Amino acid sequence: MKGFRLIWRKSVNMVMLTLTGVAAFAVVSVLFLILGYLVYYGGRSLNWNFFTQLPKPVGETGGGMANAIVGSAKLLFLAAVIGLPIGLLGGVYLAEFGGKTFGFVVRYTTDLLNGVPSIIMGIFAYSLVVVPMRHFSTLAGGVALGIMTIPISLRSTEEFLRAVPVSLREGAMALGSNRWKTIATVVLPAARGGIITGMLLALARVAGETAPLLFTAFGNQFWSPGWNQPISSLPVVIYTYAISPYDDWHRQAWAAGLVLLGLVFVTNIVVRTFLMRGTSYERS
Amino acid sequence: MSSNASMAKRAPSSWSVRAYLRRLATGDVVAHMVTLIFAASIVLIATLLVFQLWNNSAASRQQFGWGFWTTQTWDPVFEHFGALPFIYGTLVTSVLALIIAVPLGLAAAIFLAELSPRVISDKVAFLIDLLAAVPSVIYGLLGIFVVVPLMRTTIGPALKDAFGFLPLFSGPNYGVGFLTAGIILSIMVVPFIISVSREILLTVPREQREAALALGATRWESTWKVVIPWARTGITGSIFLALARALGETMAVTMVIGNDPKIRDSLFAPGYTIAAVIANEFTEATGKLYLSALIELGLVLFLLTFILNGMARLLILATETDRGRAS
Repeated sequence: MKGFRLIWRKSVNMVMLTLTGVAAFAVVSVLFLILGYLVYYGGRSLNWNFFTQLPKPVGETGGGMANAIVGSAKLLFLAAVIGLPIGLLGGVYLAEFGGKTFGFVVRYTTDLLNGVPSIIMGIFAYSLVVVPMRHFSTLAGGVALGIMTIPISLRSTEEFLRAVPVSLREGAMALGSNRWKTIATVVLPAARGGIITGMLLALARVAGETAPLLFTAFGNQFWSPGWNQPISSLPVVIYTYAISPYDDWHRQAWAAGLVLLGLVFVTNIVVRTFLMRGTSYERS
Repeated sequence: MSSNASMAKRAPSSWSVRAYLRRLATGDVVAHMVTLIFAASIVLIATLLVFQLWNNSAASRQQFGWGFWTTQTWDPVFEHFGALPFIYGTLVTSVLALIIAVPLGLAAAIFLAELSPRVISDKVAFLIDLLAAVPSVIYGLLGIFVVVPLMRTTIGPALKDAFGFLPLFSGPNYGVGFLTAGIILSIMVVPFIISVSREILLTVPREQREAALALGATRWESTWKVVIPWARTGITGSIFLALARALGETMAVTMVIGNDPKIRDSLFAPGYTIAAVIANEFTEATGKLYLSALIELGLVLFLLTFILNGMARLLILATETDRGRAS
């Protein structure tokens, strides 16, 4: 009887431990499945025209997404200009000046903002920019994405600044430098790699956002000069093409998906492997 | 310079004004103020967000009152709006996602934290971070062209054969619907459960495991009866985080749920979620009341995720402070 109990416990042990391995393997294989499908379907539809031409009217095959690629770049540029300074300086405040109560408030609000569903950010930018301007615009899309970059860039800036050794600050102070000069010339450069990592990861995240752009940047079949008109972007085009009934559009949606995923993955991999190692001190 | 500074400290108030002015001149106060303004702007943005949602949903709130939450009709033509089908759809898809993602994620986290060598664990964690970075529209794309056909031809009929007697798995199977959305959502939230749970499991003290093993427990018993209970609060936090993600997820769900505002028993039936209806109908919303009803839905969603996120933070924070006391 005792022997049976032991065998039972050992077999439960084996089965459960194997199952955990299977689960880990399953999750990782999903990643490769996603990559595989996109490379297979997207790769077939990807050609030079995709990057250089405008979309063709419905019914005609061919054409490309040059306007959506430029559109995504413009939206990301705006997002960076609007969101990253707030993330950087807010992070400096939290790490270097922040009082206990107000620091907590800012930190908590940032976490809250990070958890707000992206579609709500769309509504927010809509009522903030689109309603007063009375039309969809690049600017509105940039505002929506910009606000979404704040939480990640702010928290990573704070984290990396806090990890800079006190001895570095004391060294600068001992040489007669005051607080802000110490921060600007010693602390920030020491944390540079980490801060840039956070910023790029924030941009990579919003690069794939669709929901906040649906009713802010809207979409456009043509070029969108300036910052004041509706503009096309890769994620929104993938969405509209994927739910359309045309085979040629489905093909292009796969191609755009491959380009978008490629951009996001390359940014993530490069940033995480190189910049993190480039920080000049060990993270505690 | 230094003697002046020390004098300023001891001197009466007229001196401290001078000291303040001197600090102003050196720029510290300016730097403090500038960064403070940027930090405060975040609080301002969040306040403005709540204000806008509240203000712009006023028309709908006055028209329908609390009945908005319990009404099943969604009729843009006659301007009669109720949120219940969307709340139902959002909850059903999110709960389905958790039913799949929690065991899967927890098991994978146990494997990464307890069994695999640290080097492999870190590499796999990196891949899982990549999985978390996949844009939601890509999941939607794969959902439409891969999961929906698979559901229609393979998974759906198989489930029907096995559990067809339950109302949950009866009715026509179109491929799109609650179950498809739940499956896609589960894949989208599983990386969050894994990475947070793994971090928490890794911080469980080694002695806890060794004590259990020394008493004759098997590896699994020490994990299940000692390590997991120790990390319970933090793991619950990670599940709340995942739930908040699932509730607010828009694009992938919109593309596979079928977009039909009805409450149905069957998991194969098409439905609708809060985020999906906002994404689909916001630009088409003609009339103040229609738009305002959509924004009120947004307010509901915001409050749900706000509460869940808050609870998740507190739980994760609680494990961290627990640990601080123990070590």
